[in-house]
Amino acid sequence: MEGAKAIIESIEKHGTDRVFGHPGGAVLPLYEALRASNLVHVLTRTEQGAAHAASGYARMSGKPGVCIVTSGPGATNIITGIATAQADSVPLVVITGQVQRSRIGTDAFQEADITGASEPFTKHTYLVQDANELPRIMKEAFHIASTGRPGPVLIDIPVDIQKTDVTDSCETQINIRGYKPVFHGNRKQIKKAISAIEKSERPLVCAGGGILCSGARTPLNLFLQKTGIPVVCTLMGNSAIDGGLANSMGMIGSHGHLRAKQALKESDLLVIIGARISDRATAGGQIFESRKTIVHIDIDPAEVGKNIETQIPIVGDAGDVVMYLLKHIDPEKSWNWKPCRTPSEEPVPSKTRADKLDPAVLLHCVSEKADPDAIFTADVGLNQIWAARHIEMSGKRRFLTSGGLGTMGYGLPSAIGAKMAVPGRQVFAVMGDGGIQMSLGELGTLAESGEKVVILLLNNQYLGMVRELQDNAYGKECRHGVRFEKGPDFVKIAEAYGLKSAHACDMESFEKILDLSLAGHDSWLINCKIDSKINSVRRF
Amino acid sequence: MNKRILSVLVENHAGVLSRIAGLFSRRGYNIDSLSVGTVDDPEYSRMTIGITADDWQTEQIMKQLNKQVPVIKVVELLPDDSLIREILIIRVSSPVESRREIKDLADLYKASVLDVTKNTMVLETTGSEKKIESFIDHMRSYGLLEIARSSSVGMQRGSKVF
Repeated sequence: MEGAKAIIESIEKHGTDRVFGHPGGAVLPLYEALRASNLVHVLTRTEQGAAHAASGYARMSGKPGVCIVTSGPGATNIITGIATAQADSVPLVVITGQVQRSRIGTDAFQEADITGASEPFTKHTYLVQDANELPRIMKEAFHIASTGRPGPVLIDIPVDIQKTDVTDSCETQINIRGYKPVFHGNRKQIKKAISAIEKSERPLVCAGGGILCSGARTPLNLFLQKTGIPVVCTLMGNSAIDGGLANSMGMIGSHGHLRAKQALKESDLLVIIGARISDRATAGGQIFESRKTIVHIDIDPAEVGKNIETQIPIVGDAGDVVMYLLKHIDPEKSWNWKPCRTPSEEPVPSKTRADKLDPAVLLHCVSEKADPDAIFTADVGLNQIWAARHIEMSGKRRFLTSGGLGTMGYGLPSAIGAKMAVPGRQVFAVMGDGGIQMSLGELGTLAESGEKVVILLLNNQYLGMVRELQDNAYGKECRHGVRFEKGPDFVKIAEAYGLKSAHACDMESFEKILDLSLAGHDSWLINCKIDSKINSVRRF
Repeated sequence: MNKRILSVLVENHAGVLSRIAGLFSRRGYNIDSLSVGTVDDPEYSRMTIGITADDWQTEQIMKQLNKQVPVIKVVELLPDDSLIREILIIRVSSPVESRREIKDLADLYKASVLDVTKNTMVLETTGSEKKIESFIDHMRSYGLLEIARSSSVGMQRGSKVF
């Protein structure tokens, strides 16, 4: 069997039904094998878009997202997408074409050292040197990407290898000596954590993105209901907690809720689950280390004790550990404590300008009308913070965003990928006018796919988050390079791609357009004219 | 901050060295020395890595190393429980009148003569970093011409195999 065919068969065998990619000279044999297969090919407009779409697909399907791109610029273009997936622990298998083996190292046309260049941003990389290694490498790549702490794996495949016959098959069990991720948390350590929780008076759980990728959401919510222990979440863990949960204190971090911060301050024991507690999550004070016991549960041993000192470390799968906690915690005990001081949160303004939209009001409206299992992707910037703060994550809703790397242009392609993984669910892409201009071509991908995504373009004609940072650092008179003087007519652009689109300047028109967009089968871009004065978080 | 030695067993594949070296540079860890060689099974290599780090940093470095797929095992070689050696090859100026003296010193350091010309000698010795430094210091007074030093390689004392 030809190498290319072996690669495609291996992708099919791993249960994914589609690949996201952009072709080129160094993947011609692969595309020929792809044409003859049952896999769907999603042609994204940039290689970065392919990685983001695969990321959305992976996060919603629970299977690794697969990308195929060509050598040289195709490969270098996808690095940002790979780094985005790495920062958020999203499983991807990225296949890059490479020039033929005899030309490697000669600066051939479209040659780039992609295994070298992508190495800091991948969980693992392979450069295939022998066609007979293909079956084993493909098998290992899917295994490494999806087990332990998920992440992207890159396989660089010279074009001549794609055309070489593969005689070996890989029927043996995977055995990688240096890769044996721990799944079950150490029972002794968990028992230690349970007794510390039982002795504590004001325990608090901090839920991260690990809850979602390990499938710990249901047992965690049961545990929280049963024990009454209050919970805060990180940006990545935003949809890990049922919105209706009474003991949910909101999001921590630089743009988090005051209530969550206060709960952190007053707690005497903190159970961090599936979160690495980045600088963004700790922003706003040393509240993490102030005289409290910290239990840190994470599948990646390198994250435990990296950013904050931990008294009870537990390395293991969040789902496994939470199930054990749920089973063994004292069923008689209940901790329904509330922070003594409850700072007032940002209220939804009742009065807004007549000719401009308030993002809080708008997103509350979306929140009310969206399905209980709707998926929201958010881009990066003000729109991300607004989406995280104002969209209620009730029911089985999911929130996808680039939390770690903060990659603008993530929202649209990831929404397309997510929709393809779960076609029955409503998908919204919350974008800013900056981020959408980094991914405009993907409107074409969306139009071609025939899938329905509602794009909420929160257009304030600013790179608003950077503007806010400049204002805070240097003063309002020092704004520079953050204004779009001649923002394009996004409705015309969307229409040019064959999508439905309309301008919304006030809540009345917005609600009408939203209702229309939710009713039909077509994708929509709603260009929402946002009051450009509004920043990320308003404190009153 | 102390000088420490890590012994790292890795898969012997292309790209592994750059992955490990890259890990140190991108995480801002200090790397003092590095030596790599295959072990009895040619599928694996042992890296002996000299670092300058405190306890916390050493733990982080070891965790990050362990996270790499091609890394099989990482141990710290503690000075009291380990045998750590370097190899030195040194060329010194040795006119006839000082040749005898240099040879005597070399004998003291268990250094052997690899090559002699009319005016120069090439000597070789192995030992701890301290011994090597001290031998170089002695040779300096005779006119040190050229030095080639390996970095440290080492292993734990006792019968335990890793």
